[in-house]
Amino acid sequence: MSGFFSIQRFGAVLYKEFIQMRRDRITFGMMIGLPIVQLFLFGFAINSDPRHLPTLVEVGDNGPLTRAVIAGMQNSTYFDFKGGVAGVGAGEEALRRGEANFVVVIPRDFERDVIRGRSPEILVAADASDPSATGGAVSALNGIVNVAIAETLTGPLAQQAAAPAFSMIVHREYNPEGKTSTNIVPGLLAIILSMTMVMITAIAIVKETERGTMEMLIATPVRPLEVMLGKILPYVFVGYVQTIVFLIAAQLVFGVPFEGSFWAFYLGFNLFVLVNLSLGFLISTAAKSQMQAMQLSFFTILPSILLSGFMFPFAGMPGWAQTLGQAVPATHFLRVVRMVMLKGGDVADVTRELWALAAILLVISGVAMLRYRQTLD
Amino acid sequence: MSTELVIDVKGLTKSFGPKRVVDHFDIQVPKGAIYGFLGPNGSGKTTTIRMLCGLLTPDEGEGTCLGFDVRKQADQIKEQVGYMTQKFSYYEDLSIRENLDFVARMYRLDRRRQRVDEALEHLGLADRQKQLAGSLSGGWKQRLALAACLLHDPKLLLLDEPTAGVDPKARRDFWDEIRRLSAQGVTVLVSTHYMDEAVQCDFITYIAYGKKLIDGPSALIPEMVGLETWRVSGPNLMGLEDRLLAEPGVEQVARFGTVLHVSGTDREALRATVERLKAEGTHDWSLQVAGLEEAFIYLMAGARDNFAGDGGKKVA
Repeated sequence: MSGFFSIQRFGAVLYKEFIQMRRDRITFGMMIGLPIVQLFLFGFAINSDPRHLPTLVEVGDNGPLTRAVIAGMQNSTYFDFKGGVAGVGAGEEALRRGEANFVVVIPRDFERDVIRGRSPEILVAADASDPSATGGAVSALNGIVNVAIAETLTGPLAQQAAAPAFSMIVHREYNPEGKTSTNIVPGLLAIILSMTMVMITAIAIVKETERGTMEMLIATPVRPLEVMLGKILPYVFVGYVQTIVFLIAAQLVFGVPFEGSFWAFYLGFNLFVLVNLSLGFLISTAAKSQMQAMQLSFFTILPSILLSGFMFPFAGMPGWAQTLGQAVPATHFLRVVRMVMLKGGDVADVTRELWALAAILLVISGVAMLRYRQTLD
Repeated sequence: MSTELVIDVKGLTKSFGPKRVVDHFDIQVPKGAIYGFLGPNGSGKTTTIRMLCGLLTPDEGEGTCLGFDVRKQADQIKEQVGYMTQKFSYYEDLSIRENLDFVARMYRLDRRRQRVDEALEHLGLADRQKQLAGSLSGGWKQRLALAACLLHDPKLLLLDEPTAGVDPKARRDFWDEIRRLSAQGVTVLVSTHYMDEAVQCDFITYIAYGKKLIDGPSALIPEMVGLETWRVSGPNLMGLEDRLLAEPGVEQVARFGTVLHVSGTDREALRATVERLKAEGTHDWSLQVAGLEEAFIYLMAGARDNFAGDGGKKVA
């Protein structure tokens, strides 16, 4: 009589899965190639602090002070002056058509009014339809103008410049250069892992049902645990390969640091991979076809991107959305990764996140085990 | 053939949602027998077979398969049953050898390499063992599937429409193999649509709408169906066929080459009709011993497709 678990049968399922993985070139390429492509594409493409925004200027004054302000804006690299416009109407039209993100209007007698202490107004019309595109530039503007004025007005006029001398000071901690890639790249690891792990596991299992091989398989004395582990373990291996490739690229290409404890990362990573695999397994118990498995997996990916704090700040979401976000495994892994890689955290710093991942794992795999049947009922 | 029963179940019932697919099904299969399992599409043959080998849990009913309880000892049953599914269910992206090797490991067989080599040799696929199973033709896939489910020397073979879509030569070879196995004491339960396969069975059970209609040794089936058959020959059989179907007592008209077999279960009515037509003197009539073939045409036509509604008169 065969026991509860047979290493031989488990090994056979595992071996078979590796052969199939190797023969399915496209999927295999996707598992290894996709993370690299995504890392490079998104790591370089996504920039939440864009510069060189097209700007038009309407100049009502052409003294040295005006020129200094414009030169200062240009030098900040936030603004690229594309030319002048005549009148507010033309400027607004250019904004509407998207030819420019900013229209700067320097009023008539600007220089004279500054010297007389009348604090004239520079009007900056910004296209705020995409606030993340223009927000950085707008917040920098104040300082740029003040500096330009201070540098131009010297001698007895310096006190005029000193009067409105305030500037916004933005501290960018953990990412002093304000590089988006430092923030995006560790986050991408969470997204890529949830995408590939969930989908591939779900599909690998549903494929057996869809092709009818599951019927043959469960007609043999094989035990559910042997099938489950044998099918899942190869993808844990894939997750390891993905992560190693990812970490090397993050370090070499993007210069993302790895400040904290390796063990904190390792624990979080393994828990996260297990959560994703059991989620994939759960999906496979519900999906009837590979197509359905794909669609169901996709539903789990969107919250990982949108609610986890990967794309939008977690703190900015309303309370109910934050509660929802807590249930998304990527939220916790993202925190672990950022804490460890950027803030130099160790295991003690991420204990809460590790417990959260463990709790999610327990719930998901419990439900999956309850739903999995060794019969065709 | 001994009297030892390999399968002995009573009252097997299975519903999917509101549809009762198998309804209080009983079957007793003696050791070494070839038991034919007949019935139209959707009549519950596959579901019954799946319940027998532990893939489905019966809603009701009980019994034993190879001496193990079908409800509680599915794991033990699986060790000794070879189940060949209706659809090819081995891995198309594994080679022939890899598939056999995988199955051998599932049953934790000793001398694995030797067994797989023997199976390949027996199949005649030794020189193509590295070919992917997906690239095989229907006939070869079927042979591979049979070889795979025989690897662990099962005592009971459950074959679910094993020869669907297989050419006649391959079908003949397949049945030679089945008879050889039966002679060695392996019990075979085989579901089929084909009459020429049904005649090869020692016992036959016929199922429709999940209910068993008839069950017995194949030699006794015609008598159990209770069909009387008349053989007619002569000119314009086509015209006669149409005319006969409208006559009382005629339930079935089947054409065999240049003769018609006219059958019915109501002897009196059929005889009256035959006497009347005989008097016309256009055709030769003779009473025929009803064979298995007529009985099957009669049964098969009775409920063509259990997913669809039932028809009227039966023509084969």
